[in-house]
Amino acid sequence: MAKAAAKESAAAAPSVERRPALAGQELSVTGVTLAVLPPAQRISLRAPDASVAALSKALGVNLPRKPKTSAAKAGRTALWLGPDEWLVIDEVGKDPLADCAEVTVLHSAVGISHRNVAISVIGPAAAATINSGCPQDLSLDVLPVGAASRTILGKAEIVLLRIAADAFRVECWRSFSDYVFTFLSEAAGDAAA
Amino acid sequence: MLLIRCPYCEEERPELEFRNAGEAHIARSADMAATSDDDFEKFFFIRSNPKGIIYERWRHMHGCARFFNAVRDTVSDRFLMTYKAGEPKPAKLPGAFE
Repeated sequence: MAKAAAKESAAAAPSVERRPALAGQELSVTGVTLAVLPPAQRISLRAPDASVAALSKALGVNLPRKPKTSAAKAGRTALWLGPDEWLVIDEVGKDPLADCAEVTVLHSAVGISHRNVAISVIGPAAAATINSGCPQDLSLDVLPVGAASRTILGKAEIVLLRIAADAFRVECWRSFSDYVFTFLSEAAGDAAA
Repeated sequence: MLLIRCPYCEEERPELEFRNAGEAHIARSADMAATSDDDFEKFFFIRSNPKGIIYERWRHMHGCARFFNAVRDTVSDRFLMTYKAGEPKPAKLPGAFE
């Protein structure tokens, strides 16, 4: 009896505390707010043209075919990264990897949920903040709302998604997340000044 | 900063996203074991290194990550054109100084 109780409490309180990258970090200065977004399901998807229709149906979101675009439906976003490469992000907890597993057409889906960390950059100075380390043109004509692109920020590679005119989602590898967040924090201070 | 047109992204992107990947249109022998040492040396080590127009492979490393070919002037560092990997050498170059 006592043994069972001990087991239970051990299961309820794991001895190792889980600490997500950048947990609880945020920054708010004049004109821009940085926040670490909650964990999401992500896959890196590679597929030839012939498989796109079947995969779109299984994922419930039409994989975009045009460069630098994204498509979103019911909490799931597919970002065009290359001619046969997409990043699929699911923010409502449904695993896109499981959906792809049911598809028999040729494709490669790799779960990268824990590889990436997402940071939101929101505010009138958001574009200026990102532009301090990203050489791309972030004006609305060139990067409209919904546009997505893999690019660089300082020395780290990021995937940039414009979620609104003054809001961006920055996806980076978790080992770069400390660098990226610090870079953005410094840049936010400069952009606000 | 140089702007390089990626034929896959279909727009000009900053040079920081790209990596040079050496001279283009160097075909690897289908039967490498039968290649003589002299021919292998030519294939493996010898590059044209011209002063002027050069055909190069580039990779849009921090973008779509695809390899493509570019025609560049090594004197002015100007990109004359870019085209997708696997496409033949362009017969005519736009705006080239002859």
